[in-house]
Parts: sequence; C-alpha cells; structure tokens
Amino acid sequence: MLLRRIFPHPLLTLTLTVVWLMLVNKFTLGNLFLGVVFGVFIPAVTAPYWPNRPKLGAPLMALEYVVVVLWDIIVANVTVAKIVLFKPERDIHSQWVVVPLELTSPEAITVLAGTVTMTPGTVSATLSSDGGALLVHCLHRDDPDEVCHDIKTRYERRLKEIFP
Amino acid sequence: MSEDPGLLAQIAISAFLVIGGVFGLVGGIGLLRLKDTMQRLHAPTKATTLGVGGCLIASMLYYLLVDGRVSFHELLITVFLLLTAPITANVIAKVWMLTNLKEGDLPPTGREHGWAIFDDPPGAEPKD
Repeated sequence: MLLRRIFPHPLLTLTLTVVWLMLVNKFTLGNLFLGVVFGVFIPAVTAPYWPNRPKLGAPLMALEYVVVVLWDIIVANVTVAKIVLFKPERDIHSQWVVVPLELTSPEAITVLAGTVTMTPGTVSATLSSDGGALLVHCLHRDDPDEVCHDIKTRYERRLKEIFP
Repeated sequence: MSEDPGLLAQIAISAFLVIGGVFGLVGGIGLLRLKDTMQRLHAPTKATTLGVGGCLIASMLYYLLVDGRVSFHELLITVFLLLTAPITANVIAKVWMLTNLKEGDLPPTGREHGWAIFDDPPGAEPKD
C-alpha cells in the first residue's frame, strides 16, 4: 500500500509536524509544508530503531492520564514542600518501596517510572532484572503500602488500558 | 507593540511567577536541608515541575494578554522537561546505589530475579 509506505508511522509523522509548528511558533503554509517534510523524512530514516512500535489502545484514556498526573504533581508538590520546610530532619523517614508490576510493555513501564519520578515525594530507582518489579524511593511516608496502592490504582491501571 | 495589559492580567502573571519562584526556592532549600543523596534527589524533581511550570504559565499568559499572540514554546519546554528530568534522576539514583549500597541493603524484589543494577536479566550471558 502506497500510503502505508509514505507514512509508516502516522502518529510519529503527526507529532513531528506539530512539534515543528510549535518550534517556529508561527503558523504559515510554508512552515506546515516543512513540518510535513520532516514528518515524512524522519520516520523513514529512523525506522530501524522502532521495530515493534507500541499501539495506543485508548487515546482518551491517555488524555485522562495526563490530567490525573498533572493534578497529582500539584498536590504532591505542596505536600513535599511542607515536609521540606517544616518537618524536623530526624522525623523524615525515607524508605524503599517495592511495586510489583503487571505491565509488560517496555514503553508502559518507562512511562510509569517517569511518572513516579515526576510526582514529588517518590523517585523510581531501578527495576528488577526481569522487569517485574519497580523500586521506588519515598521521601517521607508513614505507610509504604499506601504508596504502592496509589501507584497501582492511579497510574498502572490506566497505563494498562493505554498500552494494551 | 505591547500595550497596557490591565491590572487583572498583571496580577495573574505575577501570581504565577511568584508560585514558580516559591517552589523553585523550596527545591533549593530541600537540596540544602535533606540528608543523603536519595533524599536530595527529591528536591530537583519539585523544582522542575511546579517551579518551572509556574514560570512557563506566566510566560504564556504574558504573550497572550500583553502581546496578544499564542506562544507554544512553553508547552514544548514542558514536554522536553517531562521527558528528560526523570531519566537524569534515574541515572543519578542508579549510580548512587551502585557505589553506596550492597545487594542486601535493598528490599527483596519479591520475584525470582534481583534488582537490575546487581543482577543480570534472565537469558543474558553471565558477566565475569
């Protein structure tokens, strides 16, 4: 199919075009054309690097995921700011939390690890070597099970639908 | 040409600048106050989210309300930050763990295999 040959990765083409338009910060036909040229050319050149590209299962869920993460970032920022500013040093109990993963796709695990790091109060440190568990460092939390439960219900459940 | 943006716009832009500044400052204070590397790692993740986020929203509002045009660069900065910041934090965490921790210091994985920094992935050739 010719269309498939020109656009082997339509989502990447669209992303590249939009990013280009945002970079030049001005919408003209010329810029749009240049963006599309990049969008066609770059996927063709980089094709060997994404042999098994992930499929997006639920685009609307991805939108919901972004909103949930942004909200969590704001809430957690305030919580952690309170800990940093007002909690005496000896009362800050940091600990490791092990999160067993149900996700198997590498892309989904990457997004989950990135999300855990960006939401303040938790930093993802490493994976188990078979990719089945995530090691998370908590700045201060009294109940480690709650952290694990939050990560699984808020992020992992949605990611499972986004990357089926 | 920029015109007078009006009081409300000025208040909104300043408010976001102050929010961004405050959280950036908190990130810095955290870097000073916290005890070890893993705890300090939490501070920059805050500065990059709400600290930078506040400044970027203020910048977008400024262009929208004062210059009267929509600016997308701030959204791109957000996207690039969200892509790169976790990777930096992750690499720092891994290096610190490799140099300062032994395998017994971490909680067990609850699986057959250990943590990736100490244990080879299943099916890999064992390293000498």
